[in-house]
Amino acid sequence: MLTEAKSGHPGGSLSAIDLLTALWFKEMRGVESPNALTQDRDRFVLSKGHGVPALYAILAKKGFIKVSDLMTLRKTGSLLQGHPDRVRMPIVEASTGSLGQGLSVAQGLAMGLKMDKKNSQVFCMLGDGEIQEGQVWEAAMSAPKFKLSNLVAILDANNGQIDGAVDQVMPIEPIADKWRAFGWHVIEINGHDMVEILRAYSESRTLHEKGSTKPVFILARTVKGKGVSFMENNIGWHGVVPKSEEAKRAIDELRKAGK
Amino acid sequence: MSKATRQAFGEALAKLGETHPEIVVLDADLAKSTKSELFAKKFPDRFFEMGIAEANMIGTAAGLSFTGKLPFLCSFGCFLTGRYDTIRLSVAYAQANVRMIGTHAGVGIGDDGHSQMGLEDISLMRALPTMGVFQPMDAKETEHLMDFLVKEWKGPAYVRLTRQALPELYPAGAPFKPGKLMEIRGAKNPQVVCIGSGAGVAEAVGASEKLAARGITMSVWNAHSLKPFDDETTLKIAQGAKLVVTVEDHSVIGGLGSCVAEAFASKGANAPLMKLGIQDLFGESGEGPELFDKHGISAQAIADQVAARIAESR
Repeated sequence: MLTEAKSGHPGGSLSAIDLLTALWFKEMRGVESPNALTQDRDRFVLSKGHGVPALYAILAKKGFIKVSDLMTLRKTGSLLQGHPDRVRMPIVEASTGSLGQGLSVAQGLAMGLKMDKKNSQVFCMLGDGEIQEGQVWEAAMSAPKFKLSNLVAILDANNGQIDGAVDQVMPIEPIADKWRAFGWHVIEINGHDMVEILRAYSESRTLHEKGSTKPVFILARTVKGKGVSFMENNIGWHGVVPKSEEAKRAIDELRKAGK
Repeated sequence: MSKATRQAFGEALAKLGETHPEIVVLDADLAKSTKSELFAKKFPDRFFEMGIAEANMIGTAAGLSFTGKLPFLCSFGCFLTGRYDTIRLSVAYAQANVRMIGTHAGVGIGDDGHSQMGLEDISLMRALPTMGVFQPMDAKETEHLMDFLVKEWKGPAYVRLTRQALPELYPAGAPFKPGKLMEIRGAKNPQVVCIGSGAGVAEAVGASEKLAARGITMSVWNAHSLKPFDDETTLKIAQGAKLVVTVEDHSVIGGLGSCVAEAFASKGANAPLMKLGIQDLFGESGEGPELFDKHGISAQAIADQVAARIAESR
């Protein structure tokens, strides 16, 4: 998809894909197919909008977009914009791509659903570099005030951003302590371990249903470029796409791992 | 009776809240100043105090709108529009059905000085696709505008309101025509046509009286909608005028003056245009009326500038 588009962000898409797959295929309710959407559905906001190829792949698999459209990514006139666009594709819920904004929108969704007494949850994925943005901390401060237990922030902590490693560019640790101090229920997991991922999602729902008053923050430690040997933990692959030979190698490796 | 448009807004919002349960209101620690507190007192469950964090308020309002609510988010115009990137992406690009209320427009707020004055807010908001940009001239028009924004407008909108009281100008019983210029002071074949917006309209009316005493006829029109802008009426009323004047308590770059200039340029209108407003300058502390004088937008200053220009052309 990215090779065809000739631009995009493979590293941050691959670090998020396990978290997203578990979320969309196992955890989220009411998004089984495009025909069954109701106001009671769970919502998902991809605040780290540059990871959208991973989300498009999932949406194609679920029938929200045509598989054949995947190859139109980033092309003139395509539904598949380079970053999420809720006007062209309402299922992405929020338009993102300028980092730091999605959690606020997700919070608004959670507040509206709560007012309407819906039981649905709102999931919002952020990147670790992204939480350098000040607006994220404004949202981190306000969601606990409004007791949004229906809001789940998922941090794809791959320790990579364009200019280098997150801990070099602008250190953000200790992440868990910070979110805990802001009033969130923090769960720390390996973002590539399906058992841990599903357990964290299910814990967030149980807390919500049992009347917790805290929003949930899932700190998922991930690997940038996960599953592709030459991309893993290589910052160079943040915003660079594989050439077709490299793409072939990458897909082979991912296929083998999937068997 | 004169009243600040922010006060009229707060009263209208509290009233509309009774019949429109979808209305929710957000403020960033300025509810007393923006007058959203009138709604907050009446509907505490539909009011969200967001603290001094405007960007988060803007994004939150977008999210609320996606669940079918009609959020009004309120702060000073400069603080709201200063969070441009969030408005640009989370609200405008997403076509969120959000009403952004920016109070404390222009140098008219007086002593607080530049940092609290919305002076480029219209310009910034006009540049965003899908964004409606409105500025009422008095309390009555604010009521009409609020009704329109709740019952008819779809998509994002920015509304600019004053801190200071403005005199009643809206003609009794006149129907509200959204997006259209409205004649406030008529004159037969006027030498000068003046278009004002917001606080500028009352000053223009004052100027027209002073000019009449000097034998210069000037009609006054009100533009409550900066986007969409009524190009058609603008071009029509400009025909035959010796001079067209715009009056606004806002930068002349991107505000009302630019709206009229753009309309003229696209259709080849040939009346000379004098854009009165804040001339590419920062605001400053002082008494509101004195600042209006200093920046050339008080009734007296408008009359003097127009008379001088007419004298030149004779």
